[in-house]
Amino acid sequence: MQTHDLEKRFQEKIDAEIKIEPKDWMPDAYRKNLIRQISQHAHSEVVGMLPEGNWITRAPSLRRKLILMAKVQDEAGHGLYLYSAAETLGASRDDLVMDLLNGKAKYSSIFNYPTLTWADIGAIGWLVDGAAIMNQVMLTRTSYGPYARAMVRICKEESFHQRQGYEIMLTLAKGSPEQKAMAQDALDRWWWPSLMMFGPHDSESTHSEQSMKWKIKRKSNDELRQAFVDATVPQAELIGLKVPDPDLKWNEERGHYDFGEINWDEFWNVVKGHGPCNKQRLDTRRKAWEDGAWVREAAMAYAEKKAARRLQQSGEEAA
Amino acid sequence: MNAETALHRYLLQLGDNALILGHRLAEWCGHAPEMEIDMALTNMALDLTGQARALYQRLAELEGKGRTEDDIAYLRDAREFYNCLLVEQPNGDFAHTMARQFFFDAYNYALHKNLMQSSDEWLAGFATKALKEITYHLRFSSEWVLRLGDGTETSHEKMQQAIDDLWMWRHELNIPSEAETTLAGAGVIPDPETIKSETEQKVKEILTRATLDTPQDDWAQKGGKTGYHTEYLGYILAEMQFLQRAYPGLEW
Repeated sequence: MQTHDLEKRFQEKIDAEIKIEPKDWMPDAYRKNLIRQISQHAHSEVVGMLPEGNWITRAPSLRRKLILMAKVQDEAGHGLYLYSAAETLGASRDDLVMDLLNGKAKYSSIFNYPTLTWADIGAIGWLVDGAAIMNQVMLTRTSYGPYARAMVRICKEESFHQRQGYEIMLTLAKGSPEQKAMAQDALDRWWWPSLMMFGPHDSESTHSEQSMKWKIKRKSNDELRQAFVDATVPQAELIGLKVPDPDLKWNEERGHYDFGEINWDEFWNVVKGHGPCNKQRLDTRRKAWEDGAWVREAAMAYAEKKAARRLQQSGEEAA
Repeated sequence: MNAETALHRYLLQLGDNALILGHRLAEWCGHAPEMEIDMALTNMALDLTGQARALYQRLAELEGKGRTEDDIAYLRDAREFYNCLLVEQPNGDFAHTMARQFFFDAYNYALHKNLMQSSDEWLAGFATKALKEITYHLRFSSEWVLRLGDGTETSHEKMQQAIDDLWMWRHELNIPSEAETTLAGAGVIPDPETIKSETEQKVKEILTRATLDTPQDDWAQKGGKTGYHTEYLGYILAEMQFLQRAYPGLEW
């Protein structure tokens, strides 16, 4: 069959809402685009463990400590499913990890901001996981089967995390004046970076159009951002916190909130590596990888020895 | 020491071991040699912190002074902690973390297996539940001692070094405190000699299989069970208790 026939048939499947599976024919660009997106997503889960992991040893109660550990562990699990989903497209996990460590692959810029107080753990759960869910709920219907299925499971856990984060904020907001100030400060710092998580405006987004046609994405960056603002502003009001945007107001006619312009210089700066923690995060991941090399080598050597012994044993038995 | 005081102290010994070791393991989160190990270490930290929580809740209930699990964890200073010195030792490299874990798990497995027969129903129930978790911990740490000991030349050296470095800290687990002697005499907890011999047997078996030398010096560093700690504990508590100390008396 000619390539253009295959492409036509592929697009027909997409249009008919039939999921693409690992062994199906797919255009190279579709495969590459997905590997890029899924691995970025996996890297984000793994790097995302760091800002929150930063507070595990300082969590203020045993209950909070358990919840936080379980959450960070879920993120490691999400990273693993996603690397596996990328592997169904022919990528190798080690190569993808190397791309992260040598700075070739991106991860969500949000994790290049520091967690300075306990309230940041609440804000990350509420806002960052909240923003991620907007994107991930859409991805449960993405055209590539293994990615869509991974997302179903991930979404369940993420919405749990979001509620836990909001509950931390609620507890702080109704606590002492210092706790309330801590919560407000965290919202002030995390609000704009959370809006940036949806990426550039639709008009500026390089991958968007093709991704929509292939139904990898089903909603545009701006649509998702608007949905997030609409969902989150009332949640802030409910617990008496103020969203740090003087231009924010309900627009009756549109049925949506109007909100101010994102500082795109900051956005591009952090994407290019000049955020507060870019270097620290990558250095940490590199160090974990390099320090762990001898452990991974030992595990391989041991497995090989064990297999060789088993082989020898069965040989002796046969003789 | 009367039986009641002894039981209260014993709950702290067990709870503090679990809390402090859980804290150390949690320090690995995001830094482990590979993702699967990261998840396993955090999983063990979760189990141990959960065990500490159950033990502190039980103590709070028995003493009836209105303290909560968090008061017990966050509002005591180093001299009132009764964990063994082994669990507060720093993570070091992965071999040190596994040596520490293996020594602790070998003891902890023997302890909980026998503690299931306790005449104290609560302790017996706790041990039954905890043993499931501890069985997994022991399997994980033994397997890593084997892999590292019998892996590459480098890993063998590092594992041997870790065994040698941590050897003097491990004996304290099997040297009964006054509370343990009292409770063992009353049949509430198993005979420390039984636990010791089962621990030693497991340690020897794994070290031999891992092609590691068993250190011959049996001199024991001890003090944790009487609240005489290494300098490390103060830093652990400074970090762990920071919010509770900086903003006293609040809900989190």
